[in-house]
Amino acid sequence: MSSAAAAAPSVGGATSHSHTPPGVPEGILGHHFASLEAQNHAVRMGMWLFLATEILLFAGLFTGYAVYRMEFTEAFEQASRTLDLSLGTLNTFLLITSSFTVALSIHYARSDKKWTAVAMLVATILMGFGFLGIKAIEYQHKFHIGALPGPYYSFSEVTADGAPMYFTVYFLTTGLHALHVIIGMTVLSILTVKTAMGRFSSKYYLGLELGGLYWHLVDLVWIFLFPLLYLI
Amino acid sequence: MLQSVDGSPQTLGGKQEESYLTDGTTLMSWLNTRDHKRVGVMFLVAVTSFFLLGGVFAMAIRIKLMQPGPYLFDALTYNRLFTLHGIAMIFFFMIVGIPGAFGNFMVPLMLGARDVAFPRLNLGSFYVYFGGVCLALWGMIHGGVDTGWTFYTPYSSTTATEAFWVIMGIFVIGFSSIMTGINFIVTVHTLRAPGMNWFRIPLFVWAIYGTSVIQVLATPVLGLALLVVGVENQLHFGLFDPTRGGDPLLFQHLFWFYSHPAVYIMVLPAMGVVSEVICTFSRKNAFGYKMIAMSSLGIAFVGFFAWGHHMFTTGQSSATAGIFGVISMLVGVFTAIKVFNWVGTMYKGAISFTTPFLYICGFLYFIVFGGMTGIALATVGLDVHWHDTYFVVAHFHFVMVGAVIMGFLAALHYWFPKMFGRTYHEGWGLVAGSLIILGFNATFIPQFLLGNWGMPRRYYQYPDQYQSLNVASTAGASLLAFGFVIILIYLVIALVWGEKCKPNPWGSKGFEWMTLSPPPTHNFDEIPVITTEPHNYQTHTPGGAFHV
Repeated sequence: MSSAAAAAPSVGGATSHSHTPPGVPEGILGHHFASLEAQNHAVRMGMWLFLATEILLFAGLFTGYAVYRMEFTEAFEQASRTLDLSLGTLNTFLLITSSFTVALSIHYARSDKKWTAVAMLVATILMGFGFLGIKAIEYQHKFHIGALPGPYYSFSEVTADGAPMYFTVYFLTTGLHALHVIIGMTVLSILTVKTAMGRFSSKYYLGLELGGLYWHLVDLVWIFLFPLLYLI
Repeated sequence: MLQSVDGSPQTLGGKQEESYLTDGTTLMSWLNTRDHKRVGVMFLVAVTSFFLLGGVFAMAIRIKLMQPGPYLFDALTYNRLFTLHGIAMIFFFMIVGIPGAFGNFMVPLMLGARDVAFPRLNLGSFYVYFGGVCLALWGMIHGGVDTGWTFYTPYSSTTATEAFWVIMGIFVIGFSSIMTGINFIVTVHTLRAPGMNWFRIPLFVWAIYGTSVIQVLATPVLGLALLVVGVENQLHFGLFDPTRGGDPLLFQHLFWFYSHPAVYIMVLPAMGVVSEVICTFSRKNAFGYKMIAMSSLGIAFVGFFAWGHHMFTTGQSSATAGIFGVISMLVGVFTAIKVFNWVGTMYKGAISFTTPFLYICGFLYFIVFGGMTGIALATVGLDVHWHDTYFVVAHFHFVMVGAVIMGFLAALHYWFPKMFGRTYHEGWGLVAGSLIILGFNATFIPQFLLGNWGMPRRYYQYPDQYQSLNVASTAGASLLAFGFVIILIYLVIALVWGEKCKPNPWGSKGFEWMTLSPPPTHNFDEIPVITTEPHNYQTHTPGGAFHV
């Protein structure tokens, strides 16, 4: 390559960081991106890669579930019958509905209906609280009857070999998932404040979209956990 | 900033002082930077420090092993030392080393970009890394850890040492690894300069891309495994504890699902360095460019399905072991493709035998020798004899240390003028390089023999007949350490008093040399348009390179 060919024709100037489109908050567009579209594309791709890492994180635990279910099939079947199916179903309903409301919040933000979007986000967060509250009731009940992992197990109803292992898997998976619910609620709370301050509009709503994606992931993990722990 | 005068090379002119190094000199201007080059330099300083720390642990082990019986320190301290050596070298240095330091610095320059896709995340990855290291060091100071870097269960959940904090530290470092990986993948996809199609991407960037894919897909699994071991260590749920129905092999599977691909997180970036350095110093473009690029992805892919060869002796069925063995050997095919193409690049090239080139020659030797012992180890029957002996230790030190350190040192010397705008003493460079290659052989060839004669790894004491080879190994290690000290001295001297160099002292046509050395903060005043593949030495230009 000749030196002139390498450097001569130019795309974008040294002042490219000052071309934020109208309606988009200042400072959103990084100096190293040619346009907001290019940056949005990059940010979305980064988020999807991050979601892939989350799925692989849970994949390790799902592998553990599969291994021990094969090893202690009877205990896993018996133990899953002792869970409260109605509470589990209610929680599933809450999370799926909250996924719907978070999607609506993006829709309303895109339609410049700021306060409706805020209401949808608040509804999502409340349903998150509802989920955690029900989970807490379930946990409390298990502590009460001694349906606990490994050495803490003192539950008389399930006697098949490997019953404590079911509750080890139960607490590790639901615990890690609950942690993700809490992180998701924190993210959504920050996004609610930002939405109320008018940061998102039809011109720019990427942050909200990413928060929504994360919440969908939290929902999706539960959709797999619910049948594995409660139904089969 | 430098001004571009209608079409003339923007980076010409005498304003060498205007670089990323002088754009703010306060401590905060470094600690709070968004500049990928400064983040790269911060990583370089950190990983080099932890490399030296790991080296000190290694020397302590080698000095003890000169005596077959108890010597210098007790068995528990010995166990702690080899664990710390492994953790420091693997998690603090090698996983992070080349991608963190040179990847951060070079990838945007090579792509013709002003920064990585997510500059804040990039800085964050440094602090997360540093925080993780601090957590692990906290555990090391408060009692250390004696499980080996592999944290095999159930021992790691019952040991009396401070395994918990070290495990959590490595868990945190994993986040940094994921952040770096996501950043590079997105950067390569979205920030290539106009005209840079996928087959004009420099081979170093291809290697970093393959590395990033592994980092993103494998690290979460290690994260989960370590998280659960941390819980086990504190609460003893028994997920991996056989006395409670748990399966310790489940941990080994999860651990090696990450830790085998992690070998390629370490070695792929070094292979990328080799591709760049060979082209520059042979004055030829890469022979078999597409083959080298695709074999990086091939290694990344196949590497995911080879983990079972760490577990040949754990009661796998012979069919499973055979399949894992064959898949492991496939890695050798992709590596050989690279080696043949590198040698083909040198063939009939105008070779200048500089310090980086010396390290590349060392790399080729170590990767071939280490790789072939790896093929032997992938053969199930042979592995049963060599499993957990010094033969394995010598094998992975040849590949992971020999080859990776050669790549790291080649990168350090090759890009030293790029990063700091100064030159080091070439004569001392060659002396130190020769010492290191010599010392390395002297350290690990005796260990191949020891392993073949049955000396197990990680043992505090050994029978007298192994002593002479152990002494030879320690002597080699001293030579190695001496070589590193020489490098440290002349590079520090070069950093402060070194002669200022031209923007492109090697006359390279790698894309990172398109801009000044050291580069200005925004890399390019105007984003370059790429009209050719990298290292195109065919087109004659006055001066033979970009802007000399």
